[in-house]
Amino acid sequence: MQLLWQYLSASAKRRPDHKAIEDPGRGEIAYAALDALTDRIRDRLRALGVTPGDRVGLCLRKSIDSVAVIFGAQKCGAVHVPVDSTGPGERIAYIFRDCAVRVAVVERERAEELRALLPEQTALLVLDLSDADPSADLPIVRALDLAGAAPSTGASHPSNPDDLAYILYTSGSTGLPKGVMLTQRNACVFVDWCSDTFAPRDDDRFSSHAPFHFDLSVLDIYLPLKHGATLVLISEQVGKDPVGMAALIAERRLTCWYSAPSILSLLCQFGHLERRDYSSLRLILFAGEVFPVRYLRELMGLIPAPRYWNLYGPTETNVCTAYEIPKSFPEDRTDPFPIGQACAHYAARVVDTDGRNVPRGSEGELWIGGSGVMQGYWNLPERNADVFRVDEGGATWYRTGDVVIDPGDGEFIFRGRRDRMVKKRGYRIELGEIESGLIRHPSVREAAVIATTDADGGVRIRAFLGAGEEKLSIIKLKQFCAEHLLAYMIPDEFTVLPTLPKTSTDKTDYQALKAIP
Amino acid sequence: METSEIRAVVREYILKEFLPGEDPEALTDDLQLVSGRILDSLATLRVVAFLEEKFGFEFEAHEVGVQNLDSIDLMVKFVEEKKR
Repeated sequence: MQLLWQYLSASAKRRPDHKAIEDPGRGEIAYAALDALTDRIRDRLRALGVTPGDRVGLCLRKSIDSVAVIFGAQKCGAVHVPVDSTGPGERIAYIFRDCAVRVAVVERERAEELRALLPEQTALLVLDLSDADPSADLPIVRALDLAGAAPSTGASHPSNPDDLAYILYTSGSTGLPKGVMLTQRNACVFVDWCSDTFAPRDDDRFSSHAPFHFDLSVLDIYLPLKHGATLVLISEQVGKDPVGMAALIAERRLTCWYSAPSILSLLCQFGHLERRDYSSLRLILFAGEVFPVRYLRELMGLIPAPRYWNLYGPTETNVCTAYEIPKSFPEDRTDPFPIGQACAHYAARVVDTDGRNVPRGSEGELWIGGSGVMQGYWNLPERNADVFRVDEGGATWYRTGDVVIDPGDGEFIFRGRRDRMVKKRGYRIELGEIESGLIRHPSVREAAVIATTDADGGVRIRAFLGAGEEKLSIIKLKQFCAEHLLAYMIPDEFTVLPTLPKTSTDKTDYQALKAIP
Repeated sequence: METSEIRAVVREYILKEFLPGEDPEALTDDLQLVSGRILDSLATLRVVAFLEEKFGFEFEAHEVGVQNLDSIDLMVKFVEEKKR
């Protein structure tokens, strides 16, 4: 089995001068140069003490450098751990401490703060990413040169496919994020499925919209580089700005786009798509949440040529079901499209609370088994015992917690969650993690968070706070949240009450909260 | 429209849409709304759409940014420039 970093090395041999990555406004790099750069990063990481199986943390905004560091870490057999570089320092430091990273590669702006929060034995490799001059060397090249790295001599680590490749931390209901452990094999079977399903070409130009700590980025990074195509990075800034994004897609002649549906809805609503030519696009993929049919229809009207796919899967399995949207569908359709059938490398079951298959047409929890399923959560044995089930035949299943229905044709329809997890802009959020953040406010005695759906099908997070007689400023609460929560977790609405309503057993009465307008 | 009227319209919209329940006096005219993360990216887009519709002009792509949207003062100044 070809490993993830071997995709890059093979493409570099085949098409050394072809552009591997474009970072609009900041630079570009060809395959051979990228492969050589990742060799140097591998050597530098080794010099810092990284050995196979060690974790390497990444706190970097999206850039050619961050892609290069990912491959450099893999080439020394290390496990990379990307985090949201705009997130609160304490959250980043928690993640790096939790999985005991040997080296943290961080951008200059966060270096001092993280140095103070991380144990002494964690080495820091600091990159100055603020320089946007495309004619200058890449920040990673400067960092390597400053460190006096010798020309590359070593060989890359011949990983076993069952070695860990990366750990992605997702929101945890206890308030602490949990690390999803994925192997080379887990990622490669997914990338191979993408190859078979989407038939990438070497003249394709793929978007990289999702940040690298989000599992959508696995397709973005590895699929184009495996096929010798070009990866076009969408910066965090442009990725939030529909007008800039719409211009970039047209001007850079992207052929394949992948993002959360809410980004495509934004493009539809604010991107003035009718003003530009999108004829280069041949594939539009979306995943992470339900796409309101109204905006999907509008988008398909504005950009009719590409194939549209709804992909589904938690970080623990990456994409595990897929559904191609038909070219035309009734004007009055409002039901969301199915999440589709299990991918070729997966099997799926729909089960009741006792783990027995439910009859077709009935709701049940979706269980997934196959070669793409994660190894477990980092250092959380109890949680692992809870999410995996072994059936009578000895097969292991991952319990997704998602409720689905098979109407009879095998194309699963998503119905909701068993627990308190929601998706906002494709990101998964455990409402309990927001509550844990809010309760740290000195004036907040109780906190409860619920999610509601707005008229456009988007998720709104509502926070209810018990603060006794104290009057809390909404502005100050938002500022507090900005310091303690990831941006997409900050509640849209706050309601301050003397105390929260209680059930007869003295628990927070969420049903009563939902009734508050 | 007078400056004070523009200011009142913008203030009322922001209070009602994004800060329901807040004491109006806490929303000062120089409070950093975007860089202070009071308004997220989606909220900023909604502000842009509101200003365009309410005051009848269009933002150019390069005008959508903190330089024109980070506070009530900046928004009012920008609306006045566009209306001139």
